[in-house]
Amino acid sequence: MTGDDIWGRLFNFANYGELLALVQNSIIAAAVLGIVGGLIGVFVMQRDMAFAVHGISELSFAGAAGALLLGVNVVAGSLVGSLIAAVLIGLLGAKARDRNSIIGVLMPFGLGLGILFLALYPGRSANKFGLLTGQIISVDIPQLGLLITLSVVVLVALLLVWRPLSFDSLDADVAAARGVPSRALSLGFMVLLGLTVAVSVQIIGSLLVLALLVTPAAAALRVSSSPLLVPLLSMLFGFVSAVGGILLALGGALPISPYITTISFAIYVVCRIIGARKAAGGRASARRPLVAAR
Amino acid sequence: MTVAPPALAAPVLEFENGALGFGGRSLWSGLDLAVRPGEFLAVLGPNGSGKTSLLKTILGQQRLDSGTVRLAGHEIRRGDRSVGYIPQQKLVPPGTPLRGRDLVTLGVNGHRFGPPIPRRSDRERVDELLDDVGATSYANQPVGTLSGGEQQRLRVGQALAGDPVLLLCDEPLLSLDLHHQRAVSELIDRRRRTHDTAVVFVTHDVNPVLDVVDRILYLAGGQFRQGTPSEVLRSDVLSDLYGTPVDVIRSHGRVIVVGVPDGHDHHDHHDEVAE
Repeated sequence: MTGDDIWGRLFNFANYGELLALVQNSIIAAAVLGIVGGLIGVFVMQRDMAFAVHGISELSFAGAAGALLLGVNVVAGSLVGSLIAAVLIGLLGAKARDRNSIIGVLMPFGLGLGILFLALYPGRSANKFGLLTGQIISVDIPQLGLLITLSVVVLVALLLVWRPLSFDSLDADVAAARGVPSRALSLGFMVLLGLTVAVSVQIIGSLLVLALLVTPAAAALRVSSSPLLVPLLSMLFGFVSAVGGILLALGGALPISPYITTISFAIYVVCRIIGARKAAGGRASARRPLVAAR
Repeated sequence: MTVAPPALAAPVLEFENGALGFGGRSLWSGLDLAVRPGEFLAVLGPNGSGKTSLLKTILGQQRLDSGTVRLAGHEIRRGDRSVGYIPQQKLVPPGTPLRGRDLVTLGVNGHRFGPPIPRRSDRERVDELLDDVGATSYANQPVGTLSGGEQQRLRVGQALAGDPVLLLCDEPLLSLDLHHQRAVSELIDRRRRTHDTAVVFVTHDVNPVLDVVDRILYLAGGQFRQGTPSEVLRSDVLSDLYGTPVDVIRSHGRVIVVGVPDGHDHHDHHDEVAE
């Protein structure tokens, strides 16, 4: 295969307008997920939950694979797996160390279970692969509606608990002393995370969920520490990665996930470079006003 | 402030015959304690003597095994906004998306659910608090880039947000340099003088606050002694408490406790001696 062939398979914009119309709903779903993923990612980073996201996504995969085997709604199966994992991690893993060991135990179990279900499933192999690496284009309209609804629910819920959750993420002891219901909030957050992961599994696949739930927030944190700008940037990065990935992937016959993960990664790299420059330039001047004030 | 005038003031915090154990071991029992408005009580004692548990009891996060504890005349409630809490200094990791003023803002509205729409009244209150604790000059810098002392000043501001009648401090000076130890303890002292806020100050080293302490509660080995510093920080009193000869040495305005048995004190014994 020549370089031109590979290029042609990677990017092909023939009949682009018609294709665009066909996948309009997928793009909306990806856009909403990109925004929600970027927003919840800010808390995932602050609460040190990246590993938990990965753990939840493997159980979500098992749930989806089980649903595929039984011939029931795949999104529902994915949701069940996600929520079970999220609640278990929330209940048993209050402390970071407990949490990591529980995730480490759950994750291979979930993945193994999923592989078993897929091996038993007699249908098309593209469906199988899709759960691991994404299949947004093949999700039908009613399911897309469900994905969008779930994302909006998470978005609204996050905004309503924003302040107490920020307080709890920063310093759970002080937040509890100030009357923040720390335990309920942690569990609630895990449920929201579970919902977001279940939606992400449908769009970019369980193996790549981190690209929308962690990378955008990690990138935003590199360039800002404003409590307003970080979530806004993170949502923007998630949106650009998810929608940009679909738009680029559209013409080719390849899965969309690599496009999303690559854009997301490229944004992170750029932010890291900008962050490093800022730190180098700022170190000399940052302390000056402080010294002057004394 | 809604407390009664100091002369006749009822206690802000009152333990009656309080007892608390941990894992089958009694931490303290028969504790009668009254802290009045504007009073500065230092709680001393080795690790594992129940200092932190005492704070948790006052915060309503732990129940007494027996006896009662009351705050401003009523039962302790969890998350009572009339109690300010200053934790041990835990450095905020660099890269945390918060500026200095956001830390204080959490004290003002961090418990509030609902859409995070900024209010002018909150912002004004935060400005006021920042000014109170002298943190205005670095209020807009990322918290993670501030020194431990600067972060701790912000935490004092955060704790004062609810206009507390009682300020609980859990080793707030730990790992601060002398300059910041003095600055932070002065902030706390000034607050109780201007606002009649009672202070319960847990520390393993009394020296940074020796000048401002009214009374001491010394916990050790399941027992306790209380009184003014000159009544408690004495060789005979502490020897009796520890059940072994302990020397209290006063030198250049500092108090040094020598000979605390190892079993009572796991690793910060030397802090207490050397600091």
